[in-house]
Amino acid sequence: MTYLAKPKVHHPDLPKNALGFTRRDYEGAISTLCAGCGHDSISAGIIQAFYELDIAPHRVAKLSGIGCSSKTPTYFLGNSHGFNSVHGRMPSVLTGAALANRDLIYLGVSGDGDSASIGLGQFAHVLRRGVNMVYVVENNGVYGLTKGQFSATADKGSKSKRGAVNNDQPIDLVLLALALGASFVARAFSGDKAQLVPLLKAAIAHRGAAFIDVVSPCVAFNNHAGSTKSYDYVREHNEAVNRLDFMPVRAPLTADYPEGDVRDIVLHDGGTLRLRKVDADYDASDKVAAMAYLESRRMAGEVVTGLLYVDPVADEMHAALETARAPLNALHDADLVPGSAALAAVNASLR
Amino acid sequence: MDTRVKRLSRVNDFVVKFANVNGSGSASANGLFARSILRMGVPVAARNIFPSNIQGLPTWYEVRVVEAGWRGRRGGVDLMVAMNPQTWDRDVAEIESGGYLFHDSTKPLPPSKFREDVNVLGVPLTAIGNATYTDPRQRQLFKNIIYLGALSALLGIEPAEIERLFAEQYKGKEALLDSNRKALALGREHALEHFDCPIGLRVERRDAVGDRIFIDGNDAAALGAVYGGATVAAWYPITPSSSLAESFAKWCRKFRTDKATGERRYAVMQAEDELASIGMVIGAAWNGARAFTATSGPGISLMQEFLGLAYFAEIPAVIFDVQRGSPSTGMPTRTQQADLVSCAYASHGDTKHVLLLPEDPGECFEFGALAFDLADRLQTPIFVMMDLDIGMQDWLCAPLAWDDARRMDRGKVMTAHDLDAGRDFGRYLDVDGDGIPYRTYPGTHAAKGSYFTRGTTKDRYARYTEEGPAYVDNVQRLLRKFETARALVPKPVVQPAAQPTNAGVIWFGSTGAAMAEALNELEHQDVHLDRLRVRAFPFDEAIVDFVAAHEHVFVVEQNRDAQLKMLLVNECGIDPAKLTSVLHYDGTPITERFITREIGEKARLYNVTPLPGNRHQVTGNRKAGGRAA
Repeated sequence: MTYLAKPKVHHPDLPKNALGFTRRDYEGAISTLCAGCGHDSISAGIIQAFYELDIAPHRVAKLSGIGCSSKTPTYFLGNSHGFNSVHGRMPSVLTGAALANRDLIYLGVSGDGDSASIGLGQFAHVLRRGVNMVYVVENNGVYGLTKGQFSATADKGSKSKRGAVNNDQPIDLVLLALALGASFVARAFSGDKAQLVPLLKAAIAHRGAAFIDVVSPCVAFNNHAGSTKSYDYVREHNEAVNRLDFMPVRAPLTADYPEGDVRDIVLHDGGTLRLRKVDADYDASDKVAAMAYLESRRMAGEVVTGLLYVDPVADEMHAALETARAPLNALHDADLVPGSAALAAVNASLR
Repeated sequence: MDTRVKRLSRVNDFVVKFANVNGSGSASANGLFARSILRMGVPVAARNIFPSNIQGLPTWYEVRVVEAGWRGRRGGVDLMVAMNPQTWDRDVAEIESGGYLFHDSTKPLPPSKFREDVNVLGVPLTAIGNATYTDPRQRQLFKNIIYLGALSALLGIEPAEIERLFAEQYKGKEALLDSNRKALALGREHALEHFDCPIGLRVERRDAVGDRIFIDGNDAAALGAVYGGATVAAWYPITPSSSLAESFAKWCRKFRTDKATGERRYAVMQAEDELASIGMVIGAAWNGARAFTATSGPGISLMQEFLGLAYFAEIPAVIFDVQRGSPSTGMPTRTQQADLVSCAYASHGDTKHVLLLPEDPGECFEFGALAFDLADRLQTPIFVMMDLDIGMQDWLCAPLAWDDARRMDRGKVMTAHDLDAGRDFGRYLDVDGDGIPYRTYPGTHAAKGSYFTRGTTKDRYARYTEEGPAYVDNVQRLLRKFETARALVPKPVVQPAAQPTNAGVIWFGSTGAAMAEALNELEHQDVHLDRLRVRAFPFDEAIVDFVAAHEHVFVVEQNRDAQLKMLLVNECGIDPAKLTSVLHYDGTPITERFITREIGEKARLYNVTPLPGNRHQVTGNRKAGGRAA
C-alpha cells in the first residue's frame, strides 16, 4: 500500500511529549504488511515507547536484516536514519554503527529466519560483545515473504498451513541470549501491548545488550490450528512471570500498585524498573534459575513471557574498548593524524 | 675448503639463503644479519619464505646483498646456510656452481651429501653451543647467533654493527646483551681460526642506503590508515593480512591513546568472520566513521554480498586485500596477484569497484591514507590490492612523508546547517553531475535529512521503488560515478625506453621490484621497452594510448589467468592480440631472471628492435619506480 500517502495534517490538539513531539512524529510510512500482522502491533509499541520516553526521533538509528520483520523500520520513526542491510547480518552493521557513534540509540529489528537461521552466528556475537542496543526479534516461526516455509524457531511437530509437519528441534532465542551473555532478556507477545511497551522502554533505558523475543503471529501463513505461533495458541499458553513498569529518572515513584511481590530495579541512569511478580517462583536476577525454569515450561508447551533476566549493572562494548567519550565519527584531523614530526620519528626507528 | 673448486667472487652483490626449521628462533638472527648489512650502507632485498605452520616445517630467509639497490629477487643462491636436514638435498641443489655451503659440521655427513662444484664451510655449531650452554633452549637460540658470528667473519660484516643492533634490541636487559655478544664472538673466532676470511663473497662498507627505511607493507599500510584518519578497524585473522590489523592497533596505541585518561580515539574489533568484519566496516562508515578491514582472498569471497550492498547503497569502505596463493585455501603463505578480477567485479549483478595497486610499502602507506579520502569522496568500497610479498616482507623504501597542511576529504556530507538553509536533500540525487550524491550522517537533524538505506532499488530520494526507469536512472548514475573515480585515482607511471621502440611493457604491484632490474638487463641485451606501471582501476586513458602507440605490449603479472590483461581487454576494448602475457604464479615472488628470460625470448620472436629516431616517442610522467635509489 505504498501508493497511499499518510495525511500530513495533524490534529491541533494532539498531546505532546516533553520535547514537544506528538506521537505522529514517531510514525513512519504506512505498513505494507498483511492486515492483522503481529509485526504492526510491535511497530506501534516502538512508536509509543520512544514517544513516552521523550527521545528525539533523529537520535535513534534503526537497523534490520531481510524479511517481513526487517521491513518494519520503514513503518516507524520516519525521522530516524534506517538501514535495511543484508539477510542475517544486521548485528554486524549495528555493531559498526555503534562503534562509530556511541551517542545514538540503536534499535535492531530482525525476524526468526533472519536471526535464528541465516544470522544465528551474528546474533550470538553481537550479544556476547555487549553492544549497547535493543535487539527485537519479531518471531512468527515462518518465512512470510517466501510464503510459509518453517523457520528455525518453529516447534517440533507444529503444522504448516499446507499440512507439513516440522521435524526439527526449535531454537529458543531467549535461552540462547541468556547463555550468550545478553544483560537484558525478555519475551513478549505482540498481542499484549500493555506488556510489550514497558519492556521496550526498559530495554531502551538499559545500558548493554538488550534482547526481546516478541512472539508475533503471521496471519497469512502461521495462524491456523496446529501452529504453535498462532494468536489462539499463544493466548492460551502465554504464562507471564511478571509485569513491568518503567519509570524514567524524572518520574516520581508513585505507589499506586496493588498488593503483591513488587521489586524495584535501578538502572545506570537512575531510571527504575518496577517488577510486579505474577509467578512467585520466578527471579529475574538469577540467570541459572531462569534458564532451568524457561526450559521446563517450554517442555510443558508454555510460552513464558515477561522480563526474564536483567543485570542492571552490566556494561557495554565501549567500556571494554576504552573508547573516547566523544563519538569516533566526530573526531577531526588534529585528533587523528599524528603529523610529519611523528612520522619522521617512525622513519628513524626503521633504519 | 678445497682450493681446487671454483670460488664465486663477488662484492656487495650476492644471494644468501638461510634454510631453517620453523619455530627454532632463527628469524631474529636472520633479521640481524640483513640489518647489519644495511647499517654498513649496503642495500639488501630480504624475503622470508615460510610455511603455513607454527613449528617444525621448513622455512627459508633469503637475503640478496645488492649495492645496485634492486629490490626484487634475482634467482639462484650463492651461499646456502643449510640448517635444516629435512631440506638438505634441495637446498644444496639450489646453490650456484662455485657457490658456498655453510652447515653445522658437528655430525659428519657422507661425501654423497655434498657437491663437487660447491665450497663447503662446516662449523660445528652444535658442539660449540653444547660446550658453552647447558639449557637446551639456550643451546638452540644461541646456535643461531653463533652462525651469525661465523657468517660475519666469512663475509666481512663488521661485528660492531651487529653489536649495536644487539644494544638497541636488548636495551635494559644487560644479561641478554652479554650472552648474545658472547655467542657472536664464539662463531666469529671459530671462523677466523679455521677459514681464510673473508671468502669470495664480501660485504664492503658503502653509502648506498641513504635515508631509506626498512619496513613491511602491512606495517606501512596500517600507518597509512592511521594517517588517513581511520577510527574503526574490523577484521578476522587470515594470513598474510593479520599483521596489518595488529599493526594498526600498535600504531593507535602509540598515537591515538590519550596520555592522561587512557581513552582511545579508535576501535579495533576482531570479528567472528569476514562477513561480520565487512558488515561492521559498512555500519561504521554509514554512521560517519572512517573504517576498514584487512583480509586475503578467502575473506574477499565471503564478503561478496556485503560488497554489493556497499556499492549499491553507496557506503564508503576500505578493504586491504593482502593477496596470497589461490584459489580456495591455496598457498596461504605464498604470494600471488590473483584477486584482481574477483575484487574489480565483486558481488552479484552489475558491479565495479575501485582498486589501488601499490608497488611497495611506501605506496601502501600513501594509498592506505588516500583510500579513505577516495572512499568518502566516492561513497563506495575502495580496495588496496597488496600481496604477501609486499605485505609481509621488509622492503627498503624512501622515508614515509606527510604534508601537515593536508586535511581529510570527507566528501559530500550535508550538515544540519545545510538542511536548515533549505538545501534539497535527495540521498541519490546527482546535484553536481559527477554521479556522486550527498549523504547525511545519522543523528544530523531533528526533522530533515533522514533517509532509509537499503540494498533494494530506490529513487533519487531513497524511496523504495521497483520501477524500471528509476532503476536505470540510478545504475546509470553509478556508471557516471565510476567515470569520476577514473579521474581521481592515481595515474599510471609511464617511462620511455632509452631508445625509441615498437614494444612496451605493462605491470603493477610487487612485480615492479624485479621488473626494474629486468628492464635494465634487457637493455644490455638490446631489447628496449617503453614502460607503464598501472596504479589503479578504473584504468586511465593513458593506458589505452600506451597500447595504441606500440606494436607489441608485454603484460607481466603474478597469476595464471592474466587477470590484468583480462581487465584491460574488457574495460578498454584493447585487441587481445596486441598483448603478450608474461605470467609467474608458482607462489614465489617473480624474479629478474624469469622476466628477462621470458621477455627476452618473446621479444626476439616478435623482432622487437630499436626504431629509427624519428618515431613518436612515449613521454614519461615520472620515474617508473621499482628502484628507489
